[in-house]
Amino acid sequence: MADTNTDPSTQAGADTDAFIELDGVEKVFDVRKKTGFLKRERRQVRAVDSISFTVPRGEMVGYIGPNGAGKSTTIKMLTGILTPSGGRLRVAGIDPSRERTRLAHRIGVVFGQRTTLWWDLPLLDSYKLMHRMYRIPDARYRENLDRLVELLDLSALLDVPVRQLSLGQRMRGDIAAALLHDPEVLYLDEPTIGLDVISKARVREFLRELNAERGTTVLLTTHDLQDIEQLCSRVMVIDHGRLMYDGPLAGLHEVGDSERVLVVDLERELPPIEVPPARVVKVEGPRQWLAFPAAESAAVLVARVAAEYPLVDLSVREPDIETVIAKMYAEQAERAIS
Amino acid sequence: MGSGRLYLAVAVGGFRRYATYRAATAAGVFTNTVFGVILVYTYLALWDEKPHLGGYGQAQAVTYVWLGQCLYATLAIQGGGAEKDLMERIRTGEIAVDLYRPADLQLWWLAGDVGRALFQMLGRGVLPFLFGAVFFPMALPTEITPWLAFVVTLLLATVVSFAIRYLAALSVFWLMDGMGVNQALMITGIFFSGMVLPLNAFPGAFGEIVRVLPWAAQLQMPADVLMGETDPWRAYAFQAAWAVVLLAAGRLVQSAATRRVVVQGG
Ligand SMILES: Nc1ncnc2c1ncn2[C@@H]1O[C@H](COP(=O)(O)OP(=O)(O)OP(=O)(O)O)[C@@H](O)[C@H]1O
Ligand SMILES: [Mg+2]
Repeated sequence: MADTNTDPSTQAGADTDAFIELDGVEKVFDVRKKTGFLKRERRQVRAVDSISFTVPRGEMVGYIGPNGAGKSTTIKMLTGILTPSGGRLRVAGIDPSRERTRLAHRIGVVFGQRTTLWWDLPLLDSYKLMHRMYRIPDARYRENLDRLVELLDLSALLDVPVRQLSLGQRMRGDIAAALLHDPEVLYLDEPTIGLDVISKARVREFLRELNAERGTTVLLTTHDLQDIEQLCSRVMVIDHGRLMYDGPLAGLHEVGDSERVLVVDLERELPPIEVPPARVVKVEGPRQWLAFPAAESAAVLVARVAAEYPLVDLSVREPDIETVIAKMYAEQAERAIS
Repeated sequence: MGSGRLYLAVAVGGFRRYATYRAATAAGVFTNTVFGVILVYTYLALWDEKPHLGGYGQAQAVTYVWLGQCLYATLAIQGGGAEKDLMERIRTGEIAVDLYRPADLQLWWLAGDVGRALFQMLGRGVLPFLFGAVFFPMALPTEITPWLAFVVTLLLATVVSFAIRYLAALSVFWLMDGMGVNQALMITGIFFSGMVLPLNAFPGAFGEIVRVLPWAAQLQMPADVLMGETDPWRAYAFQAAWAVVLLAAGRLVQSAATRRVVVQGG
């Protein structure tokens, strides 16, 4: 797939089951703070605190957590521009901080708040530079450029100096720049930050296609949970540098110990239904709202209601993950205090 | 070869980027011309009092002034070249983007600075120099050889100038702020390059010292080579030696910076 001088299949550890591997990875920052005239206090910040996970080739993973959780720090270590303070980290079998340049040919990076594009020059100039920098064969460069320009709707922007682009246009320009050399993995640090609904939808659509059709592995951080809901089957939650959750999006509900709501329409007004562990939280005429643990099967509950009550119609409301995650963060904070 | 094309592209980008600042270029041409005129009359007054100061005749002193104005922006003698952008990128953390690229940081910035220098030479340096040549008597060679030698020293001067400024810029990795460094660059650059007075004219031990500092490679060497005041090979050797030493130092500091120091910002 990637036309680089290193053949992935010959590399130890670069097999399909673990394309990205972190084992007890840590990053500790030494922060010096002035506390008075000539007085300085040294403090250590554990930005990433013993994180382990693996990502197989071709997966699209969401990496979320509150501000300062350590997401960007993790991505910087994955690209090799930060050296871990401890633990073991491999991408395609390569230690990123040791062989940053060799790895660079195989990865693409978009930092939503920064740009790789040449500020004062037309967008196309930046792409020509990528062509040289990644030594992309001419035919492939042209093919990739055409495809990206079409998919990301850039044709009208190629001659525009980057400083004149809007945020959404620039972001699309940056995403294209990160993909011209057919990277095997794409790291996106807040790719939808500051974009409007339409731009977000376009970027998401593009990423979905990229992952599905080219098999590009994607690791994405975001504060917009819709990004995750629409793109990622797997999500990792990090807080204070620790991995709090790693699994399917649906499973977050169990961990967050949240509730789903079953809305039932009965034939007539009745007293509150009794089907433990569900409990009625609201009654409005013949309609009743039953909250039940998200981990419980809705089917079983529905069957019981249907057997015991005159049921006309029903619907299940999933809790939105924002609530779930907020709850998770809050619980974590509580535990930290006590 | 492949990477040669990359750095060529970076240099072209550096050139084109400065070419977009038209108003700044025009203002620069004007300033350098006015400064040149002021300095020429100052020098003439001085050389009247002290003929053959520093071994230069009056025409040579005039030539030196206009060369200084021509190379002032070209060699970013008071700063304001690639190092300015680099400092800003380190300070804001934007440098992260440069670091994950499969390119050599130092060569990348050198290429960009050479592109910039070429533009500032053509766009900003040549006009004041021509103005000087038309309105004042200059001591310019008539054969081609000194001019060719001059071009070689100019190239080397650009590299030395870059190497000094690159080292200064890297300090921002530790200092987190470029203000002090920029001021230091400006003062040392203007004084030790001989913008105020040719280094030849500095007396005694102090003169001996300033003439072997790397800044002497910037304006003094090209001027002396053009006016036949020094053996070109001696000038090349002097400049190349400083270029190698400073670039190597830059490389060392760069690897320390990227290994130990932290990229700012989320
Ligand atoms: N250069 C640095 N020096 C000192 N501390 C740092 C540095 N960079 C990050 N940190 C600290 O490391 C922690 C994690 O930061 P990081 O940028 O990884 O967070 P994040 O998850 O990306 O947050 P956000 O959602 O706000 O982008 C924070 O506490 C931050 O203050
Ligand atoms: Mg971040």
